[in-house]
Amino acid sequence: MSAPALLELDGVDVRYGRVAAVRRLTLSVSEGELVGLIGPNGAGKSTTLHAIVGLLPTSAGEIRLRGESLRGRSPESVARAGVALVPEGRRIFGGFSVEENLRLGLAAARRNGAATRLGEVYELFPTLAEFRARQAGALSGGQQQQLAIGRALMADPALLLLDEPSLGLAPALVDVVFETLAAIRERGVTVLLVEQRAQRTVSFADRTYVLANGELRLTLTQADAADTDTMISAYLA
Amino acid sequence: MSLLAVVDAQTLVDAVGLGAVYALMAVGIGLVFGVLRLVNFAYGQLVMAGAYTLAFTSSWPLGARLLACFVVVLALTRALEWAVFRPLRTASPAVMLVTTFAVAFLLQSIARILDVRDGTIGEAAASIGGLRQVVSVGGVDVRRVTLVAIAVAAVALGLLALLLARTTLGLHMRAAAADFQTARLLGVRANVVITFAVFLSGVLAAIVAIILTIQAPLVTPGFALQETIVVLVGVVVGGIDRLWTATLGGFSIGFATGVINGALPTEHTVFLPSAVFALVVLVLILRPAGLFARPRAAVVERV
Repeated sequence: MSAPALLELDGVDVRYGRVAAVRRLTLSVSEGELVGLIGPNGAGKSTTLHAIVGLLPTSAGEIRLRGESLRGRSPESVARAGVALVPEGRRIFGGFSVEENLRLGLAAARRNGAATRLGEVYELFPTLAEFRARQAGALSGGQQQQLAIGRALMADPALLLLDEPSLGLAPALVDVVFETLAAIRERGVTVLLVEQRAQRTVSFADRTYVLANGELRLTLTQADAADTDTMISAYLA
Repeated sequence: MSLLAVVDAQTLVDAVGLGAVYALMAVGIGLVFGVLRLVNFAYGQLVMAGAYTLAFTSSWPLGARLLACFVVVLALTRALEWAVFRPLRTASPAVMLVTTFAVAFLLQSIARILDVRDGTIGEAAASIGGLRQVVSVGGVDVRRVTLVAIAVAAVALGLLALLLARTTLGLHMRAAAADFQTARLLGVRANVVITFAVFLSGVLAAIVAIILTIQAPLVTPGFALQETIVVLVGVVVGGIDRLWTATLGGFSIGFATGVINGALPTEHTVFLPSAVFALVVLVLILRPAGLFARPRAAVVERV
């Protein structure tokens, strides 16, 4: 690989007790790339993200950010190292104002410039600017997803992880989410995107890993987009 | 209101004063519960330690006594955090509660050992600045310490509210109380937030120790124990999930205790605890989620 890897997973195992949720997983994401991670329910996608951000311990293998190990580090330490997660279900703070939610995202920021960052996020999501003083819990589902993404961007992360950002959204809002991701990619943010929408992810991402039963089965490129479903079913059969 | 007919202004002021002290204790318990989901049953023993410090330093200048009280309570709070709270962070609520019970009895036993060295149990704390004296405010006789308690509680709670609402650390504490895991994912440092919450609860315990010691100068190993139990009940009645409902619960049970105490004929004050706890049972039957809990229907998942 020509570009240096920003994130590397090298033979990672994650276990829930005796059950191996992720087995010998090796993958990498390079600076500026948008990489997809797809697979059926229970394939280990979320588990992989949780292991990267320090919510779950790995039982084997190595996770590196810019060559430095992330193993055994606390979630806040991984966040401060430059990895931001947009969690499944958004996990916004419903009782806080929109702006307070965004300011929370600054907790992991490595450099100053809060006002600039807030301006950038509001530029990306004008709706959030309009509702900045409103309670976040009163926003619609699509707006809450924008808030969750905006909050992650406040930290100016080196790597943005998204866990099924389109889950539970109406089709029109799914389009909005992917448009947002395109805008984020334009800004040069490196993204690892976990999704269930296989074909859409394959056609959108630079590369897409296919995970099943905790193992890496396949790597697809945009050229495979049209045949995504047949290729996946062939491999997972 | 028939109740108001038997309660005079003096009783009301005393009730507000008692409510103010209980509110401070409720905040001290509620802050730690918020970030650790731990009910600190040993909170009263922190207050007791402060009270003993004031008693043992009775001959010192006032400033030094107050300083010593804060130093001892905060050091003890910090030690509790290191030895008990942090190691138990991932333990079950039952384990945490039982452990703080054990800590409470341990601290009481230590206090007893220190106390009986002079052959008697109980130490008298020298009064502070004549605060036990009675002043007349608009025809109502009030002990000065009651006014001080109300003022101190109002200032302390106001400052805390500002801190939580306006500062970054306050925002992080609120986030940790609402959803600790997500807060950590955003980079909020768990240890910083916990240490700060425990520190603030220690500051409040020291303030309560000073006020209670002025009101009741005889310090024994059981000092503040009953108050803690009543406040814990008040916190649950108010709603322990949120700081302001817990605080209101603490204030309410203090206020109710004060009013019932004033309303009961002097020869019947022995019935005070029964009356207070009958009221508590009634409240919990009518509003099991807490007196100030929001209606459940307000929580709607957005898609």
